[in-house]
Amino acid sequence: MAYEIDGNTIEADEEGYITDLSVWTPELAGLIAKDENIEMDDERWEVVNFLRDYYEEYQIAPAVRVLIKAVKKTMGKEKGNNKYLYTLFPYGPAKQACKIAGLPKPTGCV
Amino acid sequence: MVELAIDNKISRTSVEDPLAPPCMTPGAMAGSKPYMAAPEHNIKLGFPGELPDDWKEKAIARMGYLAETNRAFKVYLDTCMKCGACTDKCHYYMGSGDPKNMPVARQDLLRGVYRRYFTFAGKYFPKLVGAVDLTKEVLDDWYSYYHQCSECRRCAVFCPIGIDTAEITMAARDILDHVGIGQKYSNEIIGKVMDVGNNLGLNPKALKATMADLEEDIEDETGVAVRIPVDEKGADILLITPSADFFAEPHIDGLIGYAKVFHEAGVSWTVSSYASEAANFGMFIGSEENMAVLCKRIQKAAIELGVKRIIFGECGHAWRVAYNFLNTLGGPFDFLDQDYPIPQHILEFTWGELQKGTLNIDKSRNDEYRLTYHDSCNVARASRMGDEPGGQFEIPRNVLKAVTNNYFEMPEGTTKEQTLCCGGGGGLLTDDLMDIRKKGASPRMHALKQVEEDHGVTHMVAICAICKTQFAKMMPEFGFERDSILSVHQLVSNALIMEGQVDEDDDEDDDMDDVPAMSGAPATGGSL
Repeated sequence: MAYEIDGNTIEADEEGYITDLSVWTPELAGLIAKDENIEMDDERWEVVNFLRDYYEEYQIAPAVRVLIKAVKKTMGKEKGNNKYLYTLFPYGPAKQACKIAGLPKPTGCV
Repeated sequence: MVELAIDNKISRTSVEDPLAPPCMTPGAMAGSKPYMAAPEHNIKLGFPGELPDDWKEKAIARMGYLAETNRAFKVYLDTCMKCGACTDKCHYYMGSGDPKNMPVARQDLLRGVYRRYFTFAGKYFPKLVGAVDLTKEVLDDWYSYYHQCSECRRCAVFCPIGIDTAEITMAARDILDHVGIGQKYSNEIIGKVMDVGNNLGLNPKALKATMADLEEDIEDETGVAVRIPVDEKGADILLITPSADFFAEPHIDGLIGYAKVFHEAGVSWTVSSYASEAANFGMFIGSEENMAVLCKRIQKAAIELGVKRIIFGECGHAWRVAYNFLNTLGGPFDFLDQDYPIPQHILEFTWGELQKGTLNIDKSRNDEYRLTYHDSCNVARASRMGDEPGGQFEIPRNVLKAVTNNYFEMPEGTTKEQTLCCGGGGGLLTDDLMDIRKKGASPRMHALKQVEEDHGVTHMVAICAICKTQFAKMMPEFGFERDSILSVHQLVSNALIMEGQVDEDDDEDDDMDDVPAMSGAPATGGSL
């Protein structure tokens, strides 16, 4: 599949993960999110930006636990749990948030 | 062979019978197909990138090779007498009603072609014996329905002559791979293990950072400096665990449990960044060659780290491969301490420590849970634990009962050797197969509903990374909380009071200095 943005075609795999990570822009993230029926807001942006920062350092998405700790620190203790992350990204924080953040899909038994 | 004295009667309540036969719906799952692997993923594994012009000859030749070199496979194809004992035993048939998911019918997709080209009657009187020409349509049917089998072997338990459908599914996938039709999920992942060492693609730097982070968490929560060493030469034990244990929920809580048990047992251990994967998807695709490549990584890591023992974490098919094939495909392991099982399961280790009394357990710390145990299919029907027959059933239960007060069994006919697959095993744990995953999970979910109703069970426990992920996804679909699936070692971890342990005060603010802060700012653009 592919995304169309400002007359440009952005290639993605069958599941909607972009294939060239360098072409990601916030506008594209908004478009992917819309495709996933997600309205981006400040909290979702914080998660997406965290994923991108972590990926830049480690070339992989963080463990869900690491993400939860970061959410806890930024958004408060009551939101620092997997359940809250699922309210932000109903298909799962690891896969859906990674897709919006333009990162590869976490693979394996996850 | 397992006796056929099967009693499927279960105490009835208002809950739907988990083993009820479905309403038959021909063709219901004909459209179910996983994404196909890209040419580069196939080539990396030694297969053609895509369907070659002479695919038919190649497929028949591969089938002939398998029938010649794998006696069991030939016997399975030759001997089915269509008694029907297996027909209603597959969770995918129970969930979907598609008659091609009756194990015998699914087998026959391959058996018909085998008869056509490899038996006298099939060569000359094909119509009389149900022999079928190999066509592209048949190949497509194989791709669809052999990815609606999780190789769980439940049907094989009920077959009076012991035909193992899993072997036939593996052979079918192997033949498909040999004509360039690979499954994206499995083949991409096997390639990733070859490149990075695990299914996730977790590189050594990220692995070390994640483990260091976990060590800090444990110390914050307990006041005890429990280590999770990575690549530590000279350690006694090499832990081989599914990479999901490094990444996913609830898996990672099980990893914390292993670390605490090792700590209290006073043994030195390490994980390896080179062999940072227990899961061996080579088995899913029926490829002995690829299975061997992944097994050999474990041997290499063990030699380089100079360990004396190898212990496997909670992972179903990893244990099936390790228990049956690690020595033959990954060995020899003559450099390890021969006084310990090679390999050993973490449950065997923990049960040993519990029996020795080295672990200080307070069961009441798990009193918030009312638990049942899901026997993971690969552990239950394709391996063993300990020295006694049935150890693979009893040891996990013994450990659970040693660390919790509220344990209940699911209905007879759904546990131990007759356990139901989670619905996501055998290379099916991929988003593009969500429909069949849900249908396959439904018998187990109904069995769970039964103990929820009868005994107030709140959580189910498993010892397989795939089961844990599959159930975390499926629980909400069947009216349970997502987090009602747990690791055995998470419960061990909860109940274990380590020497010097001081429980973190819940009201106290967490020490979060180590956590990278989120920017909070709107995104400014791509920088990758």
